[in-house]
Amino acid sequence: MNSYSTFGTALHRLAILCYVLFALFPLFWLLKVSVTPNDLLYSEGVRMWPSRMSFEHFRFVLAHSAFPVFFRNSMIVAGATAVIVTLLASLSGYALSRFTFRGKYWLVALMLLTQMFPLVMLVAPIFKMLSPLGLTNSLTGLVVVYTAFNIPFATFLMQSFFDGIPKELEEAAKIDGATQFMAFRQIVLPLTLPGIAATLGFVFTAAWSELLFALMLISGNSAATFPVGLLTFVSKFSVDFGQMMAAGVLALIPACLFFLFIQRYLVQGLTAGAVKG
Amino acid sequence: MASIDIRNVRKNFGIVSVLHGVDLSIENGEFVVLVGPSGCGKSTLLRMIAGLEEVTEGEIRIDGMRVNERAPKDRDIAMVFQSYALYPHMNVAENMSYGLRIRKAAREKITAAVSNAARKLELQPLLARRPKALSGGQRQRVAMGRAIVRQPKAFLFDEPLSNLDARLREQMRAEIKKLHRDLGATSIYVTHDQIEAMTLADRIVAMHEGVVQQVGSPLELYDRPANLFVAGFIGSPAMNFLSACYEIGAGTAGARLPDGTLIALSSAYQLEQGASVTLGIRPEHVEMSPASESSLRATVDLIEPTGFGIILHLGLHGLPFNVFTLDRAALTAGPTVTVAFPPQHLHLFDETGMRALETSLQKGKG
Repeated sequence: MNSYSTFGTALHRLAILCYVLFALFPLFWLLKVSVTPNDLLYSEGVRMWPSRMSFEHFRFVLAHSAFPVFFRNSMIVAGATAVIVTLLASLSGYALSRFTFRGKYWLVALMLLTQMFPLVMLVAPIFKMLSPLGLTNSLTGLVVVYTAFNIPFATFLMQSFFDGIPKELEEAAKIDGATQFMAFRQIVLPLTLPGIAATLGFVFTAAWSELLFALMLISGNSAATFPVGLLTFVSKFSVDFGQMMAAGVLALIPACLFFLFIQRYLVQGLTAGAVKG
Repeated sequence: MASIDIRNVRKNFGIVSVLHGVDLSIENGEFVVLVGPSGCGKSTLLRMIAGLEEVTEGEIRIDGMRVNERAPKDRDIAMVFQSYALYPHMNVAENMSYGLRIRKAAREKITAAVSNAARKLELQPLLARRPKALSGGQRQRVAMGRAIVRQPKAFLFDEPLSNLDARLREQMRAEIKKLHRDLGATSIYVTHDQIEAMTLADRIVAMHEGVVQQVGSPLELYDRPANLFVAGFIGSPAMNFLSACYEIGAGTAGARLPDGTLIALSSAYQLEQGASVTLGIRPEHVEMSPASESSLRATVDLIEPTGFGIILHLGLHGLPFNVFTLDRAALTAGPTVTVAFPPQHLHLFDETGMRALETSLQKGKG
């Protein structure tokens, strides 16, 4: 029995290890290519690590390409979208979780409906609507579009987190002397931090890596976001893999930092001990 | 401390009516227990007093002031929840002081109130801990501490001991009783456990299907249950019921069982001759006796020793019938036993299930 369970654990760990290796391999390759000098890129064949490392691609990308602009644009768009969506989704998710109101069922159905269409179908009408408003080729336009598309899912996500917080906590606060809003701010919100972190992270990554709308609504480099910018490394006759990968590695940094910052909240089981499980 | 008046209070959830007009007056300093099976409306009534549910119809007054439209925070009451509902991101001291902090009480007053409550509930060593680092009983104590620091007008308890194991429940029950003795605060306590109701209450309010069945002291409910529901709900093991016909003769009254046995009653009742009635007797009042004219033979299905006494599960005319006895000889009872019903311990209920009204026996003709 015991040896069987040891064997099972080993198998379990091995499976997880295989999965992690499989999932991380593209990232490893990204890093490997980004530090491979151009002259070795095609001459060394398939090797796990180049015989000589160089940071020339990084230097080029930072000093001689429009990458810093793309990066800044992406930061603005993804950051603004994440904050706005999380703020709105917290409020709407709380409302869906706690209040009963007329038309709630239809509102939820409508929000689900918006998630059913392939985005490609909506590119043309969105362009047609944003164009007269002067929101094409602008970061504001992208923020508006991303916010609109992310809110339904983020709302459901936040609602599920609010559903997980016992109603009695708010009731206890209200009896202790809090108003509905104070109970929300002082009791519910601190307990929803993991949810807020998850939503922020989810929306930030979605907006950070969005290509379709960015490609369709933005022309020219000044308002291009990072995924669109990556395409500038593809020229008519060649693809500059080294620089593209270096740009990719740099683009990973904010996402990694962001998750490093919020992972404390993501894993925290704050509600443990609130009510008897 | 305050009195609480509930006048003709009704509650509907949509088209479902859960409380059908409840009237209740709770005196200053009284400990009232609302008891009844799940779904009887007792928790809803408590939540309406707290202000967590709206009153559909009727009026609730605390200290003479109508509070129907007041928010929970303006009613100056405290509530202990079944799930404890401790704030998980605050430590014990913060949990207990939250109500005072939110009311902007002076810092010295808060510290004094918290340490006073902590001393009463033996929570001093735990003040810096978060709820998740506490045991069930400790959490329960913190929930009570949170209620008492504010010195509210009334305490509401919503099945506060249901999540504890039997041992701890007994201990906490005694602590709640002691706390009430020390503080003398008006308290309303909801439970489905009739032992808790009996042991804690000054007055019990027995509820069933949104209607108050009987209000009275624990012993009143035990000795003179107003109807079949209260008779069956209060007392453990539960009261036995037998169908019978009421018979009145000269100077005697009795209930005739379907098999023809006549059970003598100690008084007459305001019932017609031959009226169908339900005879009730508590398991602890049944006598195991040698066979006689008025005794009944029953088959033994099961013998349950409880240590203190013995519960015999019998079959009487094919119906289940329980006897509780302290006599250990019952442990070796054969396949059948004879039982007798002392008249002074019999309860008689009319066709509608209400307690039959007694009259004195007419001495007369022979």
